[in-house]
Amino acid sequence: QDNRISIWSAGDLGNEGLNGEYHGEPRLLCDIQHNGDVMDMQFLDQERIVVASSTGTVTIFRHHQNNQTLSANHLWEKAHYHVDQDTSCGGAACTGVVCNNPEIVTVGEDGRINLFRADQKDAVRTIDNADSSTLHAVTFLRTTEILTVNSIGQLKIWDLRQQRNEPSQIFSLAGDRVPLHCVDRHPNQQHIVATGGQDGMLSIWDIRQGTMPVSLLNAHEAEMWEVHFHPSDPDHLFTCSEDGSLWHWDTSTNVSEKPSFLHQGGRSTAYLSHSTVNQSVVSAWLSNDPTKDRMEITNLIPNQTLSVNSLDVLGPCLVYGTDAEAIYVNRQLFA
Amino acid sequence: WGPAELLVCETLFSRAGGSRSRCPARSPCPSRFWGEGRAGDAARALTGSLAGSGDGAPSSSRVFVVRRDQDIYIQTLRKLFNESHGIFMGLQRSEEELAGKSRKAQLVQVSKNYRSVIRACMEDMHQAAVLTRDSALQGQYSTQVSILSAMELIWNLCEILFVEAATAGPLLLRLLDWVRLHVCDVDSMVREVLNSESPSKHKLFWNVVDVFVLQGRMDEARHLLSKEASANPTSVNMYKILDDLMKKMPVPSLGNTQTLTELELKWQHWHEECQRYLQDGTFASNPHMESICKILLGDEEAILEKKELMTTWYHFLVTRLLYSHPTVKPMELRFYAQSSMDLFLGGESSPEPLDMILMAAFEFEMHQVIKECSIVLSNWWFVAHLTDLLDHCKLLQSHNLYFGSNMREFLLLEYASGLFSHHSLWQLGVDYFDHCPEYGRAYLELHIERIPLSTEQKALKVLRICEQRQMHEQVRSICKIMAMKALRNNRLGSALSWSIRAKDAAFATLISDRFLKDYCERGCFSDLDLIDNLGPSMLLSDRLTFLGKYREFHRLYGEKRFLEAARLLLMLMTAHIAPCSFWMTLLTDALPLLEQKEVIFSAEQTYELMRCLEDLTAGNPDKQRFQDDDVETTKVEMLRLALARNLARVIVKEGTVEGS
Repeated sequence: QDNRISIWSAGDLGNEGLNGEYHGEPRLLCDIQHNGDVMDMQFLDQERIVVASSTGTVTIFRHHQNNQTLSANHLWEKAHYHVDQDTSCGGAACTGVVCNNPEIVTVGEDGRINLFRADQKDAVRTIDNADSSTLHAVTFLRTTEILTVNSIGQLKIWDLRQQRNEPSQIFSLAGDRVPLHCVDRHPNQQHIVATGGQDGMLSIWDIRQGTMPVSLLNAHEAEMWEVHFHPSDPDHLFTCSEDGSLWHWDTSTNVSEKPSFLHQGGRSTAYLSHSTVNQSVVSAWLSNDPTKDRMEITNLIPNQTLSVNSLDVLGPCLVYGTDAEAIYVNRQLFA
Repeated sequence: WGPAELLVCETLFSRAGGSRSRCPARSPCPSRFWGEGRAGDAARALTGSLAGSGDGAPSSSRVFVVRRDQDIYIQTLRKLFNESHGIFMGLQRSEEELAGKSRKAQLVQVSKNYRSVIRACMEDMHQAAVLTRDSALQGQYSTQVSILSAMELIWNLCEILFVEAATAGPLLLRLLDWVRLHVCDVDSMVREVLNSESPSKHKLFWNVVDVFVLQGRMDEARHLLSKEASANPTSVNMYKILDDLMKKMPVPSLGNTQTLTELELKWQHWHEECQRYLQDGTFASNPHMESICKILLGDEEAILEKKELMTTWYHFLVTRLLYSHPTVKPMELRFYAQSSMDLFLGGESSPEPLDMILMAAFEFEMHQVIKECSIVLSNWWFVAHLTDLLDHCKLLQSHNLYFGSNMREFLLLEYASGLFSHHSLWQLGVDYFDHCPEYGRAYLELHIERIPLSTEQKALKVLRICEQRQMHEQVRSICKIMAMKALRNNRLGSALSWSIRAKDAAFATLISDRFLKDYCERGCFSDLDLIDNLGPSMLLSDRLTFLGKYREFHRLYGEKRFLEAARLLLMLMTAHIAPCSFWMTLLTDALPLLEQKEVIFSAEQTYELMRCLEDLTAGNPDKQRFQDDDVETTKVEMLRLALARNLARVIVKEGTVEGS
């Protein structure tokens, strides 16, 4: 198997044509061999990337921008493993990684949670058997708390300050325990969490209240692989799925329903009366009234064939990759 | 080992019929197996790396790795496979209702898409060849580039003749385009002359003019000639006449501006004019111009003199047609083609496979084209996609092979099977199988079970494919495999989630037994997060329900809700949810409840408990270990005592009148 980590340049800003449209094709800058499938990856900082492998290894790669090369900086082998030595070298796939420089949290098929620090050789903390099933994804809730989702449909909060190896809270879906594959937290409002399940259902949770999701949205026809809130514009949510579609969920349309003086003040609500503050600051994601708050959902892929495995969004740029071995870059998301 | 790889071990005996293994690397021998049926399948697999001694002499034992399809492992070809898959799917899904011209235009577009993918791949391969330093790899890339280039040549011709089915008139124009696009050996020479300071002084100047004339590029030829004319005032007259002739030359047009008869008349007229000028000796002083005029007249010898500039017989064919039969009809091509090839090769060299394929195309023998391509190419990609396209053009009668499926399906099946041996391209193969109506599903069922499932994500993808096609057997078997793996790794939650997906009650029972066993051994439950949150999946199997309820009993007890706990415990036994082996444990769990200060079990319930105990102990006395095991007998005695005491208390309590 020949798997590689590659860095591409999706066109510099200087390449803008006269009408600012033509940006040129993404160019491959550098790549490096990777052992095993790449299950997840994230930038640790400007130069370093943490990659989770199907062999259970977690690697930090460094991108040297002066000579455009990649090199493996640090390796944690057997970060995830099964105890039974009969299976293939005992390695278990590491399914999710999340970074908050310098901390790195990984989860895997062995139900283990590892906490690493970028500069330390061994794991800072390991929670063995944190879950009896596979942990599919992890994300930071606060700097000391993480959220994990597993294959029996549970969302768990772990408090890393505490020494006990138990989750501080467990949420689960109401009906069938459909496995959850991805999780993301609202960038500004930390109690809003979105998860995607094996049946393509998008669930929005309010973790301040209740153990069940606030809303369940029937979305895709197959596993939802990734869900992302837009980091700077969180009224927008993106999901991609095995059925080959990528959906853009837009709740910003009910901006017009808010009173007009909010527009001028931006996010500052200091001068508004208490009641209006409550009404307007409640996120559209948590509102239960379907008639009042319309959500626009668009499929961004015109002719879908194979699965969209992964996506990422930053500013006006959307990147996604499919099983047809193609990467797509959309530079004008909100145009 | 991949699913389609064979391990071949040479024995000490000389191989009978060892000719099969003589296939040189990369060229399969399906010619012998064409129409032989499935028996030829295994032999067809012997392509690629067989390099052993083929003469059957006993030699030191060797082990060969035989791969079904070697080409799919070439990194740079992956783009070809992926993109063509997209085009293939688009074609299958395209509307059939479009009839006539719009359908034809659609099919031509599909054909052009395929070709552009081939070209893109050629570009990449060329880049790779330029950048690599390894000479073996460079050689390999160069070979691939020439193979791809040949494929595009053939495809382009098929597009003109079959898909677009160009009629007389436009046919010639298309063929001219085809030649201009593909005969590019002369490009560097052309560039050199054009870029030089005074082209007319360049020694290759006339060669370039000839090239332009041979390819029917009149404007460019005239442009160059004008430079010569300005440099050489003495031949201005000659130049003017030649220029005029070239300008006036009638060519077929794409639109409907003139009928064929009109064209023919005009052309006849023009031809005569050229004839006159030649016979008058106008160009006698300049041999170059004279030869150009002869070419314009379609003089075969004059054209043949420029063999090196044409480089191929099909270029010669097209030039001939341009200057002698511009209104050639498609069906007449075969005669001209045959004679052109004979004249060009002139008995010096024998036709190569590519030539034979093109000849078959000119003769409109589609089956022959496909057959020859299959023989020559090492991969089914080309023939599979081309045949599929031709089938959509409704050009292939169902050419039934011995085993019943038609040619298109046969080729697609072969191609897709090749894809399945790849660790990642198998996903493309699934879609191909879907569009093979007769055997596709059977093939898919067999192949999909054999994909190695290294990660859960891969297993999920495979499962999704099976579920979408209602392949329940495969779903069950894959889920069982994954569940067993999880169980062996002690991931009970994962195992349970796999059995829920497959709705596999038997496996759920197995998992529950594991849990219960753990409990009996350790006295506490492992993985409480799982058991506490089973939800509706509890109902998948009785044992699982029991597990969930049993845990609930423990919880109720822990919360000191004794009455409910008691009721639950009893229900577990009387409703026969609990397995018999567990009854003793349950009864033992009842002990603390019986010994509580307040009476928990009612009389009815106590009678039930006693009945359960009797059922348990009244079993087969031979098998019972109770009699020998002191602990067990003590337990039974304690239970009997507790039950009796409870009964006594409860009878008194229930008999007491309230409030007195």
